[in-house]
Amino acid sequence: MKFYATLVLMCAVAWPAMTTAADEPLSFAAPHLQLRYEHLLEELRCLVCQNQTLADSHAELAQDLRSEVHRMLDEGLSNDAILEFMVQRYGDFVLYRPPLKVSTWLLWLGPLIAFAAALVAIVRHARKRQRPAQELDATERERLDRLLADHQRES
Amino acid sequence: MRFAIPFALFAVVVAFLAVGLQRDPRLIPSPLIGKPLPTFELPKLSAPAQRVTAADLVGQVYLINVWASWCVACREEHPLLVELARQQQVPLIGMNYKDERPAARAWLERHGNPYRFSLFDAAGNLGIDLGVYGVPETFLIDARGVIRYKHVGPLSQEIIEKEFLTRVHEYERSSG
Amino acid sequence: MIPEIGHFALALALALAIVQSVVPMLGAASGNLTWMALARPAARAQCLFVVVAFIALAWCFIANDFSVTYVAANSNSALPLAYRISAVWGAHEGSLLLWVVILALWTVAVSFFSRGLPPAFIARVLSVMGLISIGFLLFMLFTSNPFLRDLPAAADGSDLNPLLQDPGLIIHPPMLYIGYVGFSVAFSFAIAGLIGGHLDSAWARWARPWTIMAWSFLTCGIALGSWWAYYELGWGGWWFWDPVENASFMPWLAGTALIHSLAATEKRDVFKSWTVLLAIAAFSLSLLGTFLVRSGVLTSVHAFATDPARGVFILIFLGLVIGGALTLYAWRGPRTLGGADFELASRETYLLANSVLLSVATATVLLGTLYPLLLDALGGGKISVGPPYFNAVFIPLMSPLLLLLGIGPAVHWKRDRMARVLALLKIPALGTVVILLAAYAMVEPAGRATAMFGLMLAAWVVCATVNAIVQRCRARQQAWLALITLPASFIGQSVAHIGFAVTVIGVTMVSLYDADKHVRMNVGDQTHVNGYDFTFVSARKVAGPNYDATEARFSVAQDGEPLASLAAQKRFYRVRGMAMTEAGIDARLSRDLYIALGEQLEDGAWSVRISVKPFVRLLWLGALMMALGGVIAASDKRFRRARAAVSAGRSDARQSSTAG
Repeated sequence: MKFYATLVLMCAVAWPAMTTAADEPLSFAAPHLQLRYEHLLEELRCLVCQNQTLADSHAELAQDLRSEVHRMLDEGLSNDAILEFMVQRYGDFVLYRPPLKVSTWLLWLGPLIAFAAALVAIVRHARKRQRPAQELDATERERLDRLLADHQRES
Repeated sequence: MRFAIPFALFAVVVAFLAVGLQRDPRLIPSPLIGKPLPTFELPKLSAPAQRVTAADLVGQVYLINVWASWCVACREEHPLLVELARQQQVPLIGMNYKDERPAARAWLERHGNPYRFSLFDAAGNLGIDLGVYGVPETFLIDARGVIRYKHVGPLSQEIIEKEFLTRVHEYERSSG
Repeated sequence: MIPEIGHFALALALALAIVQSVVPMLGAASGNLTWMALARPAARAQCLFVVVAFIALAWCFIANDFSVTYVAANSNSALPLAYRISAVWGAHEGSLLLWVVILALWTVAVSFFSRGLPPAFIARVLSVMGLISIGFLLFMLFTSNPFLRDLPAAADGSDLNPLLQDPGLIIHPPMLYIGYVGFSVAFSFAIAGLIGGHLDSAWARWARPWTIMAWSFLTCGIALGSWWAYYELGWGGWWFWDPVENASFMPWLAGTALIHSLAATEKRDVFKSWTVLLAIAAFSLSLLGTFLVRSGVLTSVHAFATDPARGVFILIFLGLVIGGALTLYAWRGPRTLGGADFELASRETYLLANSVLLSVATATVLLGTLYPLLLDALGGGKISVGPPYFNAVFIPLMSPLLLLLGIGPAVHWKRDRMARVLALLKIPALGTVVILLAAYAMVEPAGRATAMFGLMLAAWVVCATVNAIVQRCRARQQAWLALITLPASFIGQSVAHIGFAVTVIGVTMVSLYDADKHVRMNVGDQTHVNGYDFTFVSARKVAGPNYDATEARFSVAQDGEPLASLAAQKRFYRVRGMAMTEAGIDARLSRDLYIALGEQLEDGAWSVRISVKPFVRLLWLGALMMALGGVIAASDKRFRRARAAVSAGRSDARQSSTAG
């Protein structure tokens, strides 16, 4: 536990023996590369400050990885290739967008399944409830409308 | 029956949370296990002119220990490494990570040098290829140059014996 | 002496909480009015002792009593007084105490404003709240006692976490906790209703104002947290889908669903089973959040220092409270929870759709938050579920919600004609188109389609809400006078809905058009971001009470006209050795200029992050409007009248029962 406490500390502490500042701004002259660079950094999770993206982290490793991303973009690698580079070294953990595979099907499809289930439940519920209402005849319906309208005005 | 569904879902969640309590969320399994050691060519810490490549190390089971003079937790595990080296159970190769030569050498002089030699990875390139994120880290490499085990954080005697030495003996048998 | 008094007060509070929960419950079961009547005094006495304990701990902080371990770990003699007080809830133990204090205060509030409720019902409500209190008091006394001493006393304390040394963080946790814990009232109402078999419109009418108030506080708390993260964490993010943020967001989503479901239950006696389940869920998710934050099962920037023993304790507590509630629900639910009829074309349907969408959203956040843990527990490896996931699944869920939000208030209860509703919505639809056309020219081409979509939803909600107000007023004789005589619940609802739309505008604009630049700057350098010229004027050292800082001054100009002067600080807190950023911000409704000072680089230049954030203020403004809307709605005369009416009916009943 103590070790991880020091890891976390490294996210915020100014490290005395740090020779290079972990905050060297990197940028591209070409705007489309700059956009891709920023996008990639937002998608990647820092391994040291585990709740920050590579873009936000002040950890030295984050700075190193930012330069790696910068270098690979300069060399003309695709976004996928750069993400693959990270995954090969750190595993799926570095990706803030979990890849779609068997183990994440439930994660990606879960909201859809929940939504579909809810929809089915509503429709069934509404159908069940609708039946008695249809048995009203025309005069009853008219009277009900009037009462409802009165009620609506009151509330 | 449908009134019992929430309870069932909750029971499942609690079961998972109970399992989750026994796990460390910060620990990330390395995807490099079972893969060959990444290629590199780095100078030795003690002799800048001598360069070592991954191929030079093939043919023996050994440990790579990632350390640095600025790393507080490294000091914690260091006596265990010195002892391990004294017993000569397994070759220990250091990887001095993102450090400065004089500081690193002075550190070894003060705390003892358990390593056959230390690679000097000032830029941290091998560190990135090895997926290092929390120094100290320790890797077990088999005789064919394949990474077999990785530990993040300071070692303890228990971890050295249980996780490393048993595996070392296993891989020595299978290769020898 | 003072810490011992605090410790003793906690023990006494525990004893009183046991009395408060056991005796009235037995009384309600056996019909013993004297036993039931014990609930109120017991709750008030419990509250008194919890408050005494809280004051004792605050006193230890104010007096710098570093013999108290908790004080030594979270304060320092150089810490300013305001932060010494907020440090009381700056870490695990003290924040638990705050939790219990707030629970006790809610309980006392219920005990005072429940004159009209049936005695057995209120006895059960206070009893359930007492049970929750027992759990937390036990937790505190056995695993997390803030009054433990460490003698000899430390010479000085190791300071409050610098992240928490901020005005926003003084009020953020109390607000958040008032919200979380406030849901315990709705929870207790649900449990009492389930036990007593007494769940009808009247029940919903009692529960509504409490739930809405809790929800308002939670809304404020979340907004404050987001605002704090924005200026304090130094990267200008306002929501990160971090586990701890999600832990506060889930009860909010469930609470929002609950408010709407309660409205339908009150007016039309429908969705009872759903409403009760949501009441249980909202508070359960608050408890789950407590577990996630304090057990260390998930990593988070905001997490407390963790301890597995605490995790086990909370998990058991969680299992008893939530498991017990859901068992009761499974057992009593089928008998107590029927519902009235309504048709597909009715306000009920819209409220149901609303609460279903919100519930699916809640489930999604829960799934995303827990998925890494589930997968790891099954040996499936470590994955991260971050903003790209949540944004991808959340937007499709929120969009239909906003569309329906415009329609729902226009539809009649029970039964309506679709043709009438559609005719009524023509004007807001037209208004939306007009607004979009006007906005089209102002929005930059990049990302315009997405921006237009977000703005369309927001404009639709605003237009439809305004239209609903106009319709209501027109129905009366004097339209303008009608505006002030509209029911508070309707005004509150409208304000909250418009607030939601305002937040949506903020989210859309800042997500799409946030211009961010990370540059190296020397004093005298100039950088251009989105038409603004930022000049680095000076850098100087300043010393705070417990930190040293570098303060960088920037001047901002637009088209050569000087616009603002900003000061950003990089602070180094001496005791903890931590570096913090204090962003320099020039705030306008239409945009924030944001400067965060990074590290000094080797050649003396500074790494600087400069952002122009369009409409970011609308995020929090909208949230405040939602909270305000809640407060207005909760003040509706109807709730008070209902109480009076029930109370009159009740005393009649009592007279007749004594007579008989």
